[in-house]
Amino acid sequence: MNELPNHKFNTILIGVAFSPNLKNNIFEAMRMVDFFDSKMIIVHVGEKTNEKEDNIKKLISGFSDDDEKVNVIWKQGDPVTVIIETARENNADLIMLGAIPREDFLKFYIGSIARKITRNAHCSVLLLIKPSEDLRPCNHIVVNGLKDEKTRQTILDSFEVAQNLGAQKLTIVEEISRQEVKVIVEDDQSLLKDTLIKEQLAQKEDLRVQHILSDVPEDLKTGILIKTQSIFGKRGYSIGHYAKVVAADLLIMNAPKRTTFLDRIFLHDLEHILSELPTDVLIMR
Amino acid sequence: MKKTNNATSEFLSQLPKNIFSGFVVSLIALPLGLGLALASEAPPISGVIASVVGGIIVSIFGGSKVTITGPGNGLVVVLLGAITTLANGDLYQGYIFTLAAIICSGALMIIIGQLRLGILSDFFPSSAIQGMLAAIGISIFAKQFHVMLANTSIKGDTISLLTDIPHSISLLFKPEYSAIAIAALVGVLSLLIMFFYGKIRNKYFQLVPAPMWIVLIAVGLSYYYEFFSSAPYPIDDSLLVQIPNDVFSNFPTPDFSLILDFKFIGVVIAITLISSIESLLSIKAVDKLDPLKRRSNINKDLTALGIASIVSGFIGGLNVVTVIARSSVNVNNGGTNRSSNFFHSVFLILFVVLFQDQLKRIPLTALAAILVYTGYKLAAPRNLKIVAKIGKEQLIIFFATIIATITTNLITGILIGILTTIIIHFILNKSVLFFIRNLFKPNVLMFKEGFNDTYFVSVKSFSSFLNYSRLKRKLDTIPENQDTIIDFSLCDFVDYTVQESLLGYQETFKRKGGSFEITGLDIHGTSSEHPLAIRSLIPFSKKIKIGAKSNLTKRQKDLQNIANDFSWQYAPKKGHDVSGLHDFVFFKTKKINYLNNSIYDSKSIFRISDTEFSEGEFIARTLVRTTIMTIKLKTEVPKFTLDKEGLLEFIYKFSGFKDILISGHPDFSKRFFLLGEKPKKIKLFFTDELVLFLESNPYYHIECNGNSLLVMRKERLASIKEIKALLDYGTRLEKVITSIQYDELLLKSPKIKS
Repeated sequence: MNELPNHKFNTILIGVAFSPNLKNNIFEAMRMVDFFDSKMIIVHVGEKTNEKEDNIKKLISGFSDDDEKVNVIWKQGDPVTVIIETARENNADLIMLGAIPREDFLKFYIGSIARKITRNAHCSVLLLIKPSEDLRPCNHIVVNGLKDEKTRQTILDSFEVAQNLGAQKLTIVEEISRQEVKVIVEDDQSLLKDTLIKEQLAQKEDLRVQHILSDVPEDLKTGILIKTQSIFGKRGYSIGHYAKVVAADLLIMNAPKRTTFLDRIFLHDLEHILSELPTDVLIMR
Repeated sequence: MKKTNNATSEFLSQLPKNIFSGFVVSLIALPLGLGLALASEAPPISGVIASVVGGIIVSIFGGSKVTITGPGNGLVVVLLGAITTLANGDLYQGYIFTLAAIICSGALMIIIGQLRLGILSDFFPSSAIQGMLAAIGISIFAKQFHVMLANTSIKGDTISLLTDIPHSISLLFKPEYSAIAIAALVGVLSLLIMFFYGKIRNKYFQLVPAPMWIVLIAVGLSYYYEFFSSAPYPIDDSLLVQIPNDVFSNFPTPDFSLILDFKFIGVVIAITLISSIESLLSIKAVDKLDPLKRRSNINKDLTALGIASIVSGFIGGLNVVTVIARSSVNVNNGGTNRSSNFFHSVFLILFVVLFQDQLKRIPLTALAAILVYTGYKLAAPRNLKIVAKIGKEQLIIFFATIIATITTNLITGILIGILTTIIIHFILNKSVLFFIRNLFKPNVLMFKEGFNDTYFVSVKSFSSFLNYSRLKRKLDTIPENQDTIIDFSLCDFVDYTVQESLLGYQETFKRKGGSFEITGLDIHGTSSEHPLAIRSLIPFSKKIKIGAKSNLTKRQKDLQNIANDFSWQYAPKKGHDVSGLHDFVFFKTKKINYLNNSIYDSKSIFRISDTEFSEGEFIARTLVRTTIMTIKLKTEVPKFTLDKEGLLEFIYKFSGFKDILISGHPDFSKRFFLLGEKPKKIKLFFTDELVLFLESNPYYHIECNGNSLLVMRKERLASIKEIKALLDYGTRLEKVITSIQYDELLLKSPKIKS
């Protein structure tokens, strides 16, 4: 059980490639390190050259002189395994990954390497839709409120994240799927029944979330507007849609249970989000 | 118990009305039943059997309220094909085989109904269905035109039948055919009655429906010859309706021996497909006529229609579908519940039993005339015009379906219609992958907004007939007396089928006291100037200018109307002059892309517009679209921000501002975050009057940059209803603020003179 009051990200790991995105990725990571007052590990899968080393040094120099805080690791091998293994060896608690914008630059998809890391990492993963050099304020965070044993911890942790990022608003979203309502609307009677059941379900879900919220320490709640919202749609997918509709800056999700090969064919929960990132996504483990 | 008593007494009180409308409907159902059966080359009575069985069974088991059931127009083509080909031309054997097919299709319908698959009918593109119906109409028209002209022996496919029409006409003028000329004359007269019936405004004449007039006149004519004229009845027996003497005792036995035959299975599928589509379209249309605004249970109805078809098939009747024309006659004559359908059957039985002899006097040509009219109505050139207006691509789909249906068969026809639609969508979007990638993704999100109980539905990626069922399922669960907003801002492509159907929802919601508003379509490009034209974010090659006057969405038209009501101006086009907005704290960190759909008064004091913005330059964050109101103030007032949620506190936090408390109004201070650089001045400005106004009205985010106000509510586009509320609020707020003598107040308190 991870019942520690301070889950805080102590060690943040970022995998880099020498692409045009390098600078942005590192800047994003450095900001996170700053927000959470943590250590940073930069992993590059590939050959170590002086040129590359200088490049990275130059980028991080503006941020910290403290050599203890930043650790650059050079390793060869399969990127997925290298990053996951390095994260484990160094006890990292957050891996940051940048997404690649697809042709239409308003949609973001995540590459296969990042997907594999997300699925198999031992720690939390932060997926950034568009790493940028400048700071973007994080105003609105959407957190899943699924009926799941991990949800409690995720919600507790997200308040800490919200405080660290200076978020103003945190919305906890409960997804109610059609299967739960169990009524197919065919006429006025079934519509009435459907509306009633949905109302009850929404209330029940809300109560559950309120219960969790009452456990969040008051000091973590100050300055944050807390909202709960029931949405009707496919579990795991609709929350991404919702985050997009309300223009949330960060979406926090539970880590999925062990995924199997079948989950990639019959997409569910997290896989839906991965297939099209609505905004920055933090997967809590 | 009391409730059932009430229901019973209500039912009884409604009974006379329903009996009457049942009677009127039966007047139409009788000639139509005979005619439709004849057109299918089935024994004429089989159509009446279908009506009788349908009326009785569906009125007991059905799920709709005011529909009438019986043999359908659309089925004529399928049944005709089945009867003439299943037994290689042996009509009676073909009929017996077809009865078996009808029974099988009835079973299929029951399965569809029980599995609640009624929603499947939404997978067909609108224009393809219209094309199919038109094709059916043309087929009926082509065949029956000859019968109307007493040329019953003609055979061939639809196209050769159409080209043969002049030949059939010329035959009549040859002396050796004079025997049939009278019959043809009756037919042509009947057709004229059908066409001009609606034009004759005489209430006694209108008491009897047109088809019944034709029957009455034709039967009357035969009696004239029998009693008053010495000449023999000029219409040959072979041109009169054949009805067996023992209708209710000697039923034909369906022959199931072909049940595994490929052709037979094709017929079963075709019958099921067409009868489901025809029924569902009719139910949908009739629901809009129901004076009591009830919602029909389509799955229950499909099950009942299936049972009825099975029973009808076993006793020699055609299959049973819900029919639109007879149903609307039912509603127009005061039918209020299912009993009218039941009574229409009862009257039909009475007619057949009591007037068997008279029925045998009806000439086929008269019945054919009724069908010619029906066919004409289905194929109505008017429909073509409507489709053409929506867009050229719809015309292509329409014609592709018609041609395919006429030259091959119904199933191939509708499949080609669907295929054409899909290909056109691919071409319009210049992408196939886009559809494939998003087809199976759940693209609809629905939630109820906490603060005003509005249902908000957001649709993503694309919305076309392919994935419409997902949207429909969600929409169906919204009570129609609620306020609903459906937003397409995140949707790249919306097709005609979806828009047409949404229009139906709009009507239903309006009828039942709710509102159903569509937002986010204003920014899409269109393929034509029709309001329901396909809308896509990907520009069309021959792009029609967004905001062209004639091309406004419903929401834009409503905005225009609001502007007209207040004699304000309306500008739908995107404007990029947003300089004034950047003075507001809310927009300080945001990049505003454009303003559109602005309405403003002649003095430009008030302005409501939609705006699109993103969080800062170069950041590809989700674009937000919202509706804002700006008000120019006459005098200078302190800058402030008033918000309920304190979202903007963020920006102030760095500057060290705190929530300003207005003394004497603890409740106000608790509910609102009031922020600004000069707290003392703001405190002075917030008079009791203003505080009271703010407290007693719905909440808005209000910002003042010194000389103008920004009023807004949500980070999404407002519905028309919300815009009206915003407008009302804004104008009243302006009055309150103008009445505050801020300058005087400032003079009176010299302490804070700066």
